[in-house]
Amino acid sequence: MKITISPKAVAKDVLKDASMKKQKEMMAEHFDRLADAGHTGAKVASTFVPGNLNELIMCFDLVNNLPEVNAIQSGMRRQSGAYVMEAEKAGHSEDVCTYVKSDIGMMAKGNIGPNGRKLPSPDVLLLSYTGCFTFMKWFELLREQFKCETIFLQTPYMADGTVTPNMVAYMVKQLKEDVIPKLERVSGVKFDIDRLREYLKKSAQAEDDLVYILQSARNKPSPIDAYFGGIYYIGPIFGAFRGTDDAIDYYRFLRQEVDQRIAAGLGPVTPDGPMEKEKYRLVVEGPPNYTNFRQFWKMFYEEGAVVVASSYTKVGGTYDFGFRHDPSRPLETLAEYCLGVYTNRSLPMRIDMLAAYVEEYEADGLLINSIKSCNSFSAGQLLIMREVEKRTGKPAAFIETDLVDPRYFSAANVKNRLESYFQMVEQKRGGAAKGVAA
Amino acid sequence: MSAPSTGDIVARCQDLYEDLDFTAARQWKEAKKGRKVIGFMPVYIPREIIHAAGMLPLGILGGGDQLEVIHGDAYYQSYICRIPRSTIELGVTGRLDFVDGMLFPSICDVIRNLSGMWKVMFPRVYSRYFDVPQTYEDEIGGTFYVGEMTELRRDLEEIGGRKITDKALRGSIDVYNKNRRLIRRLYEARAQRPWQMPAWEVYLVVRAGMVLPVEAHSEIIEQYIAAALAEDKPVRDNSRVVLSGLFCEQPPLNLIKSLELSGCYVVDDDLLLVTRWLIGDVPLDGDPIYNLAQAFLHHSESTAAKYEPDQEEKGRYLVRAVKRTGAEGVIFTSPSFCDPALLDRPMLQSVLKSAGIPFIAFKYAENSGQMQPIREQAGTFADSIKLWSAA
Repeated sequence: MKITISPKAVAKDVLKDASMKKQKEMMAEHFDRLADAGHTGAKVASTFVPGNLNELIMCFDLVNNLPEVNAIQSGMRRQSGAYVMEAEKAGHSEDVCTYVKSDIGMMAKGNIGPNGRKLPSPDVLLLSYTGCFTFMKWFELLREQFKCETIFLQTPYMADGTVTPNMVAYMVKQLKEDVIPKLERVSGVKFDIDRLREYLKKSAQAEDDLVYILQSARNKPSPIDAYFGGIYYIGPIFGAFRGTDDAIDYYRFLRQEVDQRIAAGLGPVTPDGPMEKEKYRLVVEGPPNYTNFRQFWKMFYEEGAVVVASSYTKVGGTYDFGFRHDPSRPLETLAEYCLGVYTNRSLPMRIDMLAAYVEEYEADGLLINSIKSCNSFSAGQLLIMREVEKRTGKPAAFIETDLVDPRYFSAANVKNRLESYFQMVEQKRGGAAKGVAA
Repeated sequence: MSAPSTGDIVARCQDLYEDLDFTAARQWKEAKKGRKVIGFMPVYIPREIIHAAGMLPLGILGGGDQLEVIHGDAYYQSYICRIPRSTIELGVTGRLDFVDGMLFPSICDVIRNLSGMWKVMFPRVYSRYFDVPQTYEDEIGGTFYVGEMTELRRDLEEIGGRKITDKALRGSIDVYNKNRRLIRRLYEARAQRPWQMPAWEVYLVVRAGMVLPVEAHSEIIEQYIAAALAEDKPVRDNSRVVLSGLFCEQPPLNLIKSLELSGCYVVDDDLLLVTRWLIGDVPLDGDPIYNLAQAFLHHSESTAAKYEPDQEEKGRYLVRAVKRTGAEGVIFTSPSFCDPALLDRPMLQSVLKSAGIPFIAFKYAENSGQMQPIREQAGTFADSIKLWSAA
């Protein structure tokens, strides 16, 4: 039998709402800005999403490059698998973070960004070490390659659930005496605290709208998917746009869109169109898989499952408990922002947060997507699952994938587990209904 | 009474090593009313503060290859290292029920998260994540670290119901200085005459310090050095190697023995780093907490769990260790899924490559049973060193 495969299968059109298109344009513009850096003379600072100090970076006219976001883009474009293997060929262990290996493999293959253009080498590595030990090693690896200035900002871990004066004082001291002077030296731009205040004011404005949008999932049906859709929503504010007018505009626009959906009683927009019936409301813990992102999402929306709250959308900043960047305390507020990001919160804090989400968002239960190569998230998740289940009385389930390594995404396995989980939710509901009837 | 032989000393240390009920530490606690025991995990804790509180610092290094992990596996995915699961097993099975507090040092995300798990699972036990600075300027990292140690001091005062005086701290620094000096002497002696001090024996002798009071441990080290140097053992044509990557989850004793059986003399390693983390004596005059902070910032070992601010210095400590001990190669042997060791390894290997130092790498778990592949790899490595260095 002869099988003919057309050279390019026509991809089915993906439906996107207007905000998603706007977000995509913003991200594309940013990647162009990065790719143009060699011509424009702009200097580039590489840094991380948790503990991203975008307002400070902008004070020095630096362009923000986020290696994690590059790895995500490579994952969504199905390029990360080859990059990961390239890094492993070069001696990196199969056991460690695949973001790191995707990034290193991407550089080995020419450092081509998602826009098909070469990304610039960083002028400075701003190692804002927040909530993930791997970051420290990642930038030591990049420093070995780029031999550029590396600035370290250590964020103490919020192990006891509180921010102590010693922690804030330590961070402010690092900012004042080390981070800022070095950024001045690299950029040649003098630090202006009023400029920082202006950016922080803008951050807070966008953060208000972001919180409104994420909390709109309390509605029934939820107008958003706070995990798969949420990843689009957090893109600008977790990336290179926090503190900009663009971010304010984007979140205002998104808020209006969400308001319209609430008014019309509509659910979230999925790649296959608006979700018709909300059958299950879930809280999700852990990052998603990016190599099969759409396929993964489809497993949820096809079953009528919508994610109403997620921890991953707090990884670049936790705003729903009231924190906003405060221009009146510019350095302290940057410290408190870093301290509060989700992965810098202790395990008991994470349990409290997820249990509260299940209650507040009237979810049917908790689903954990455990990431093979992310110990910061994954170590302890089985205890989190038990505790949240115990406290809320709602069923919890566990699936395993990876961030950007396609070898660890088993669609049949994930689908199977999800289907079993939805059955469990149904049974629980049936049991509850019987209990009421009795 | 005649001095004990190495066989007697090592046998005692091996009993302590194999005792997963921590009988020695229990007996110490029961010997006097009100005594407290504070457990700690790798890689470094200022044990002087615990000692000055009149408490026993107890090293918790997982369950080794003799502990059957049943409960612990239910808390971890397959892709997470073994030390947290066997530590949970020790806790859940009541083997740590006499421990009054647990300290989880800043080493990696897994141990960090375990600190929170301990709070949830054992809410009546004092549990603290012990953060250390990764920036080394006196006014920045130093001030922060003094703050962290002061908080620990205050917590231990509360648990012990008594003040920890500066005088007591200086006394504790003094006994730990002595202990560190002895361990350094032991390591130097082994590097000079490794045939007289097999690595597995040295490991057991140093490891005894995880469960015994420091004063008793120092005595054992002194006895062992004297006994080992007095014995006459044949010199073999082994290759001299440095081990790197074993600073957290411990290798099975058989792994260390297998390396020697396959033709390697271990002349340096990064096992049990807490015992020699601080290089040189900590001064006894002045503010003891400040002195401990200074020692940490400016006179401490390098390892993967620590940030190296100077690119030029990255991995140089390993080259220096090779030169200092006259080693001929490095064996990277790390626990599976150990982020710090495995992420650091390519950078260290690149430094060794530039220095023309041969190396190999393999992984283990604390309960690894199959030593044949390791023997083959290490044996081939040892042979290749002999062959190529002769050429």
